[in-house]
Amino acid sequence: MTRLLRSALPALLPLLVITLFTEFAVRSQWVPSYLVPAPSSVFSAMFESRQELMQAMAKTSTGALTGFALSMLFGIGIAIFLSSSQIIRRAFYPYAVFFQTVPIIAIAPLLVIWFGYGMRTVIASAFIVSIFPVIANTLTGILSTDPALIDMFRLYGASSSATLFKLRFPAALPQILTGLRVAAGLAVIGAIVGEFIGGEGLGSIVDVARTQQRTDKVFAAVLLASVLGLALFGLINLISYFTLRRWHASEQSS
Amino acid sequence: MNGVAVRLDAVRREFDGGSIVISGMDLHIDAGEFLAILGPSGCGKSTLLRLIAQLAAPDAGNISFEPAGAFQTAYVFQDAHLLPWRSVLDNAALPLELLGVDRATRHSKALDALNQVGLAGTETKYPAQLSGGMRMRVSIARALVTDPKLLLLDEPFAALDEITRFRLEMQLRELWQDRGMTVVFVTHSISEAAFLAERAVVLSRRGGKIKLDRRMELSSKRTAELRTDPKLGVEMQSLYAAMEEE
Repeated sequence: MTRLLRSALPALLPLLVITLFTEFAVRSQWVPSYLVPAPSSVFSAMFESRQELMQAMAKTSTGALTGFALSMLFGIGIAIFLSSSQIIRRAFYPYAVFFQTVPIIAIAPLLVIWFGYGMRTVIASAFIVSIFPVIANTLTGILSTDPALIDMFRLYGASSSATLFKLRFPAALPQILTGLRVAAGLAVIGAIVGEFIGGEGLGSIVDVARTQQRTDKVFAAVLLASVLGLALFGLINLISYFTLRRWHASEQSS
Repeated sequence: MNGVAVRLDAVRREFDGGSIVISGMDLHIDAGEFLAILGPSGCGKSTLLRLIAQLAAPDAGNISFEPAGAFQTAYVFQDAHLLPWRSVLDNAALPLELLGVDRATRHSKALDALNQVGLAGTETKYPAQLSGGMRMRVSIARALVTDPKLLLLDEPFAALDEITRFRLEMQLRELWQDRGMTVVFVTHSISEAAFLAERAVVLSRRGGKIKLDRRMELSSKRTAELRTDPKLGVEMQSLYAAMEEE
């Protein structure tokens, strides 16, 4: 417990200082509360609209998680396909990069036209924003497999699928998990953007509260969205710890 | 006889850029022989080993094996190159797994191989929990598990401390005497080549030519005492002289 406290304290301290400072700055009217709400009013807004916010958070989580799961599935699948040959990479990789460069905010209205208002647009937006890091990291991982081990697999006549599943894929796991960690945060962002246009969840609360000048509610929703991102990030870290702890330096206790 | 004979005739190998790594090499390795290939870094030792392993093909010339037909080659690299996500036992059993041997058989054979290299009791550990010397032993057990007719080693002990290296060298000699497979051992260490091998070949710094081909006149029992024996010094001196002359 003291250990947990010692590792969490350095991160909590700045939070506490900033919160107290903001509270003080707003109360003494250095900063007008319609620009930055006092932390206390953010918390009371959170409490007042707790039911609405919790329902919205459930929707946003569903959208972000579904989009993320699809990214994981298709991202890894696409990376395995791309890893199969140089020609395939030359032909298709530039189009994978498209997902990285597409301005999601600009194509979100298009997504509404394609998928209609609601969850499907949110999922599509989360998916588009989060798939590229999964593809890129998985591909790098698969292609940077130790050539000596590839030689060894050849020496024992291993098929290319045996080499993929017994060597290349597990060897790439640390990189794949790094990609998933980045993708998790992006999926939440993608979901919120989708909700801005598609009209559901935390994104829609932010949008509506903004037009009503309710900055306290905007902050409450944004805070919950960050908590969601953090939770997803933590989940990947947990998975990473349990899959890599026995063999990878990044998860070995120091 | 438990090993295969290897015959290289006028073998030539170039890098992709066109520079010659090995030119016109003739080398005959007897079945069951322990041959050391000695040379400075970058002289094409590893390339030669890859050619013998049939992991690369010569640009000219011919490599043949006697008796002809399929046989198992094993290769030990400079570092252990284990799969870190697999236990010691599953690492040692990997070659058999790839060859399609059933689980019970491959595990019992892997256990035997681990016992032979002195690693009994470590089978449930993971590579990250082992020392460098132990990891190399797992790597050797993995190579032995298929009962190879040809065992190729590419500077396997170069990264280890001297005491560990001495121990593993003697163990390798014993394994070879036990099993009688053909061993080709690449090294840049003169003392290692002289101590281990029945016969040593010295390669030139450039152009991949054989400068010296010499049979070690040492007793077949290579004990710790031999390390300070003047006879070993004589052999090392002649290998050293061949490496120096350009």
